[in-house]
Parts: sequence; structure tokens; C-alpha cells
Amino acid sequence: MELTSPMEFAKQKVQAVQDYTFLAAQSLGNLFRKPFYFADMVRQADLIGVGSLPIVVLTGFFTGAVLAVQSANTLQRFGSIALIGQLVALSMVRELGPVLTGLMVAGRNASGMASELGSMVVTEQIDAMRALGTDPMKKLVTPRIVATVFMLFFLSILSDVVGLTGGSFVSTVLLSLDAHEYWSKAWQSLVFEDVFMGLIKPVLFGFIISTVGCFYGMTARGGTQGVGRATTQAVVAASVLIVVTDLFVTQFLMNVMSYK
Amino acid sequence: MPSPTLPLDSTSPASSDSAAYAIEFEDVHIDFEDNEVLRGISFRLPFGETKALFGVAGSGKSTILKLALGLMPPDSGRITVLGQDVTQMRERDLFALRGKIGMVFQESALFDSLTVSENVAYRLMEEHGVYSEEIEARVREALRFVELEHTVNMFPSELSGGMRRRVAIARAIITQPALLLYDSPTGGLDPVTSNTIIELIMKQRDVYKTSSLLVTHRLQDAFTMAIHQFDQTNNTLRALPRGQYCDVPMSFLILREGKVIFDGDIRQLAHTKDEYIREYIS
Repeated sequence: MELTSPMEFAKQKVQAVQDYTFLAAQSLGNLFRKPFYFADMVRQADLIGVGSLPIVVLTGFFTGAVLAVQSANTLQRFGSIALIGQLVALSMVRELGPVLTGLMVAGRNASGMASELGSMVVTEQIDAMRALGTDPMKKLVTPRIVATVFMLFFLSILSDVVGLTGGSFVSTVLLSLDAHEYWSKAWQSLVFEDVFMGLIKPVLFGFIISTVGCFYGMTARGGTQGVGRATTQAVVAASVLIVVTDLFVTQFLMNVMSYK
Repeated sequence: MPSPTLPLDSTSPASSDSAAYAIEFEDVHIDFEDNEVLRGISFRLPFGETKALFGVAGSGKSTILKLALGLMPPDSGRITVLGQDVTQMRERDLFALRGKIGMVFQESALFDSLTVSENVAYRLMEEHGVYSEEIEARVREALRFVELEHTVNMFPSELSGGMRRRVAIARAIITQPALLLYDSPTGGLDPVTSNTIIELIMKQRDVYKTSSLLVTHRLQDAFTMAIHQFDQTNNTLRALPRGQYCDVPMSFLILREGKVIFDGDIRQLAHTKDEYIREYIS
């Protein structure tokens, strides 16, 4: 294998960031240029949103449940077991719901986008599409971005609700707590800033998942091996970006909204 | 082998009044990672003519087609297609121009998640939005032209290599483009299937007068095209008498080391003194 010089390596990385930025900007610009491909958006929303329902529901439920199990032990030591609903609600809505849903959808759909578009690139289908007078960015990339952002928003809400249900299940069945108290504490603890933070994150994560998946797919080179590599890189990059972005967005929103 | 006619508008294809040539390359250079593939290519393709491109593997034949379509920009030089300078056009403006050009890719490049009819109808669907009865009729006409009407609901993966190539031709011709680009349409196919495809290309040349650029490794295909004419009355190929070889709009272009070493008709090719070309065609 040929070794790459540090300068060449740095150039490649800067070029990749530039290409990614261009793809993301172009896909956003396409939202305001005809044709809009609504049918493709609906098809992608079905594939990405409805198709991800089982993993999002399962992950959300068991995360809420295990959160209740883990925190019950600590809360019991301080005699605050009644606060379990509050803890699960805040953790799920502000953090775990959007992040875990984002990671699940990244694993499922960033890889799907990268492999599908990558296969189209290496078999010249993207070139054929351009040759037939269709802009692949409009036809393939923009509908995936719109569908992912839109569906991840609702999937995160669903994950929050299912996570709270998981916590409720553990609280009532295993810890013998009052379900009404759990839900009222959970509901009362949430303020506008919590919900806003929990709803802004999936929008950003959806954008990251879809643009990263499409970027690696559209830049795939080197046959089936290249498609496999692009698929893996898409999942890794999307997952890491979600976690990193989460920290910065959380800190930013806390500062902007003077919220602790 | 007789083949059905394409009952579309058989008038001469649209040609731009302002343009003298369907394609014009002027001193075009391009290199890939320090490898200079084209070193000052210049040639012209008059309207209604078919030009066969020859050269060893890696000589830049497919690159010329992609440059003509604006799928990649040259490093320098000027490329005019249907009267428009593609080297100066933005990608979004190129889409309209590409709508007037049909391209048959080397490996067909059919959309594998779409059926044969959806592949052939692709361009019309993009224009009209819905799969109407009119589109259905035109798809069937195009598939009848390539004798594959029975494959309408099949997926590309269910077809043989030759059938895929014919579907790609149907997809390229459905809108009766002013210019057709063929990238090794007979590559890797058996002689019988190759002859069928060459016959379809000749029919497009002689009946619909479509300008085309044909990349091929098979000299016999180009020679067949140069000494035969498609007879619309009998739907068969008709061999031309020796003195009428130049009556068909067919020319040859040979590339060597990124440069054009021959551009002319079959008679000029037969009388060339160039040792390399003589060895190449022997």
C-alpha cells in the first residue's frame, strides 16, 4: 500500500470538508428550485421514518426502563424515589431520546444511503441520470435530507414518549410506585427549554445523518469494496458527529436561554 | 434480420440552425492524476453523420463522450455540442442540453431498482411527472424498436447483457434526440447480438438521420456500418456497391496517445499510408 504524505493527507481532508459543505449547501439551495420531487420525499420518509419505527420504539422503551432501574437505586438512598419520573423525563427529552434515536437512525439509514448511492455511482447510474437531464442532487440527495430531518423529529418525540412509558413500567411493576405520581412528576418537571432542546436536536441530527450518508455515497470510488468502505465511514462519521454536535448544541442552548 | 420500425416522428431530427456541427472539439486537453489522456483533440461531427471512435484501451474514447455530455470539464480547449459551448455552461444549464442527447453507456447503466418500462420512460416521466397512457405507448414503441416489448415489466437484473444494452438504446432514443452517444454498445457481446445492435444503430442513422458518436473496439462493426445501408422498405441491411461506400454518412476517428491520428471516411482509411493505422485495421 502506498504511503500518503502528511501534506497530501491534510489536503484530502480539507478537500473532503469542502466537498461535504458544498453538498450540504447545494441540497439546501435545491429546496427552493424546481422540480421538488415530492413523491421521492414521501417514499424516503416511508423508508427512513416508518422503517425505523421498530428500532426506535425498542431502543426508547428499554432506555427509559433501564434509566429507571439504574436511578431507582441511587434515589432510594436519598429517600427521593418519588423523583424517578422527573429524572427519566428530563434525561429522555433533553438528551437520550434525540441522541439515541439519532444514533439508531444513523446506523440504519446513513449506511443505507451510502450503500445505495455508492452502488449507483460505481455502476454509472448517477452519470446516466445526469446524462438523462436529471440533477442527482435534486432527485436523490435533497429528498433524503428533507425526509430524514422531518421523520427524525417525530421519531424523537415517539422515543421520548416510549422511553417514559418504559420508565413507568419499571416504576409501577418492579418498584411498586404509583403510576399517576410518576406521570405527574414527569409532566411537571418539563419546561419549555427542555422541550425546545429536545426538538431542535433531531433537526440537526437528521441533517447530519442524511448529508453524511449522501456525501459518502456520492463520493464512493473503487467498486464494491469502495461502497463497503463508504458505508462504514458514513455510519462512523455520522455517529461521531452526532455525539460531538450534541455537546456543543447543549452548551450553546444553555448559554443562549440562560438555562441550567 | 428484419426488425420493426419505430413509429415516431420520422422527420429529420432537430438541428440547431446556428450550429454547423453536432459536435466540435477544439484543442481539448484533459489529464487524470498526472496522466495526460487527451493532448489537444480536435474533430468535428457534422449533423446526420455517425463517427466511429477507435483507439487502444485507455486512449480516452469514453472520456470524449463524457466531455461531450458535459459530465466532466476539460482542462483546456473548447467543446461545442448542438451549437452550445459546454465548457462555459453551468451544471444546471447542461441538464437542458442533455435532454437533447441520448447516451448508451458501456455497461448499460440501467436503474436497477426500476423496471424496464420505467427505465425507458425515465426521461418522459421527468418531463411529464406521471406515467400516462401516452408514455406507455411510446415506451412500447421504443421497446418494439429494439424487439424487447415482452420485457416491459422485468427488472434489469433479469435480462441478459445484450438485452440490457438494447433497453439502454430504447431509453436513449425514446425522445428522438438530435445526438446519440454510444459507449462500446457491442462490447462483450456475442456476434449475433452485436449484429442486432449495430443494425439498430444503423437504422437510427439511416432512417432518423441522427448524428452519433460511436466508441467501439470492434472494427468489423464500423466497417459493416460503412458499407451497408438500412433499407427501410424491407427492414434489412443492404450492402452497398463498392463505388457507393461514401454514400452513407459514416466516418472514422482513430486516437493514439491522446491525439487524433486519423479522421476520415472508409476510402481514406483504406488508402492511408500510416503504418500504425494499417497495422491497426489489418
